Amino acid sequence: MRNAVGAVGTVLLLGGRSEIGAAVAERLVRDGARRVVLAAREAADSTEVAAVAERLRAAGAREVHPVDFDAARPDTHAGVVAAAVALAGDLDVVVDAFGVLGEQAEFDADPAAAAEAATATYTGHVSAGLAVAARLREQGHGTLVVISSVAGVRVRRANFVYGSAKAGLDGFAQGLADSLHGSGARVMIVRPGYVATRMSAHVSAAPFPATAGQVADAVAEGLRTGAAVVWVPRVLRLVFAGMRLLPRPLWRRLPR
Amino acid sequence: MAQPPAGARGGSPALLTGWGRTAPSAATVVRPRTAAEAAAVLREAAARPAARRRGVLARGLGRSYGDAAQCAGGVVLDCAHLAPGHRLDPAAGTVTASAGTSLADLMAALLPHGYFPPVVPGTRHVTVGGAIGADIHGKNHHADSSFGAHVRSLRIVTPDGAERTASPAADPDLFWATVGGMGLTGIVTEATFDVLPVETSAMRVDTDRVPDLDAALAAMSATDDRYRYTVCWIDLLARGAALGRGVLTRAHHARLGDLPPARRRAPLAYAPRALAAAPPLVPPGLLNPLSVRAFNTAYYARAPRRERGRVQPLSGFFHPLDAVRGWNRLYGPRGLVQYQFAVPFGAEDELRRVVAALAAAGAPSFLTVLKRFGPGTPAPLSFPMPGWTLALDLPAEFPGLARLLRRLDERVLAAGGRIYLAKDSRADPETVHAMYPGLAAWRAVRARVDPEGVLTSDLARRLEL
Repeated sequence: MRNAVGAVGTVLLLGGRSEIGAAVAERLVRDGARRVVLAAREAADSTEVAAVAERLRAAGAREVHPVDFDAARPDTHAGVVAAAVALAGDLDVVVDAFGVLGEQAEFDADPAAAAEAATATYTGHVSAGLAVAARLREQGHGTLVVISSVAGVRVRRANFVYGSAKAGLDGFAQGLADSLHGSGARVMIVRPGYVATRMSAHVSAAPFPATAGQVADAVAEGLRTGAAVVWVPRVLRLVFAGMRLLPRPLWRRLPR
Repeated sequence: MAQPPAGARGGSPALLTGWGRTAPSAATVVRPRTAAEAAAVLREAAARPAARRRGVLARGLGRSYGDAAQCAGGVVLDCAHLAPGHRLDPAAGTVTASAGTSLADLMAALLPHGYFPPVVPGTRHVTVGGAIGADIHGKNHHADSSFGAHVRSLRIVTPDGAERTASPAADPDLFWATVGGMGLTGIVTEATFDVLPVETSAMRVDTDRVPDLDAALAAMSATDDRYRYTVCWIDLLARGAALGRGVLTRAHHARLGDLPPARRRAPLAYAPRALAAAPPLVPPGLLNPLSVRAFNTAYYARAPRRERGRVQPLSGFFHPLDAVRGWNRLYGPRGLVQYQFAVPFGAEDELRRVVAALAAAGAPSFLTVLKRFGPGTPAPLSFPMPGWTLALDLPAEFPGLARLLRRLDERVLAAGGRIYLAKDSRADPETVHAMYPGLAAWRAVRARVDPEGVLTSDLARRLEL
């Protein structure tokens, strides 16, 4: 259960290898979360997932369970949620943090790879998000934290496969939040700017960068205040209010 | 909402919170009118497969501050309208009341006959069932212990659907597990408890300003045995030499001869009214260190330095906050967190350190109350213990609140004290388990009367009770 000051007892992390996801989970554990389920592909055999689990135990988690989760297999997503519930009980917070950034030039050359990336960044979240929502509705409480991106606020030429998938995810999360209104369950949308991680290592930093730790702090603060949308850093909300108004010929010329 | 769970026919989905208005959760609310209807809901829930069971819980008037009267995804039995009614037995000095009876209604009904409930908390808008479930205490705890100490017997529907009678003599384990058991042993439907004979509906009150915490502790230790009711309001924002300064009020029920002649014709007249209501929408931050400091300073300055024998209506003495309907809304949309702890006698130094820590943090509480507790009851989850209790209200948005209260938990636990479950909305399981050594005995009774775990609450889930 989420308590009066925003701390929770259980966390399901969809995307057990995600650096942002792991930072969020660690922060929630430090604030009191006791049981964490790490959902990732081949989670049980992955050294990366095992390392995240170790980090969470060191932060104070009493139980950390790996669960197999493949974004590209939507028919298994309801089962993943049920398995997480069997392991951890009610899901107080579900962090939806999986996805791939990719390289636009490679997508241009390989449309099939682009479609696969779009699955990991968008359609996989539709089935997973709806499966989670059904469970939260049944519980009568719980928060789904969706890691969106400012890349989806206005899609740029430089990464429009990733950006359009995030735009879809962001819209999906907004609609899901409204459909859950009054059910006791909630959705919190997180819109970070550039976050330096392994996933983004091949891209040079954009203005107003953030760290995974800052995203984690923002999520914890959002849980405390009950925020619906969180920008990291906060100034990006203003920046993108302006970006949305940029004339197209100018927008098109943005270097990245 | 998903389909209402079986056994909740006629129920409606609702988002519920406690009085602190934090951490809402959704449940199907059912309003049983009889014990049999409550039993039917429990039986149907027990018959469901464990994987599809979301729990059942009774709720009264929702005055516990945290999540004690919530059952996310399950069925909440709104018991405030359960078979209303009560019978006064003047010969035995008891009343038998439906669990849904509010103390407000009971006071209005009993006072004309010259009787008063044995214990009333800081609000009269609580039900008899809630008073037992939280084992409430009042300003007379040092003299009269808690509500549970005055209950002669109770009727309770257990999850097997049976309606049982429990008392300190008949099934004492179930009785004492129910007293202070936060509604997790069954649905209390009726209780018989002592009532106190009174001559008037007024209080004879002595008021003193106390310049610091030590003066408050000394005055209460020295004179509590001479008064039935005592309580000390504390200015939590005062620091330095004034740390813990406050206003001590001590009182008795006024005798007929205490009343001014004009009032003696109707000594038991009782007509409490809500004077005002908090506006429906209050912006965040209204109650902040500045505004609360201003209030506290004014309240302290306005209180008489020393006043003896003032005759005052009892609603003003017992329930000043009830005069403002929905006062909890003053804390804004984010709500409030109440923190109440007790430490045993001998832990006065630790109490002083806690007050100093709160003052140093600038905790903006204007409802800080210090009280000296008398003997407790045998109930394993009952809160009061012989010693000192301090209760305070803080805005949930107060920065650093989680860490501040966690530090206080550690101090309270180390001093052999505990926090009050009916007010908790943020503690962690291990701390609470360590504070209540009777938990194992209480769980054994739970395992007997609710082997399937049908009864649960958000509080029980959060604290793994």
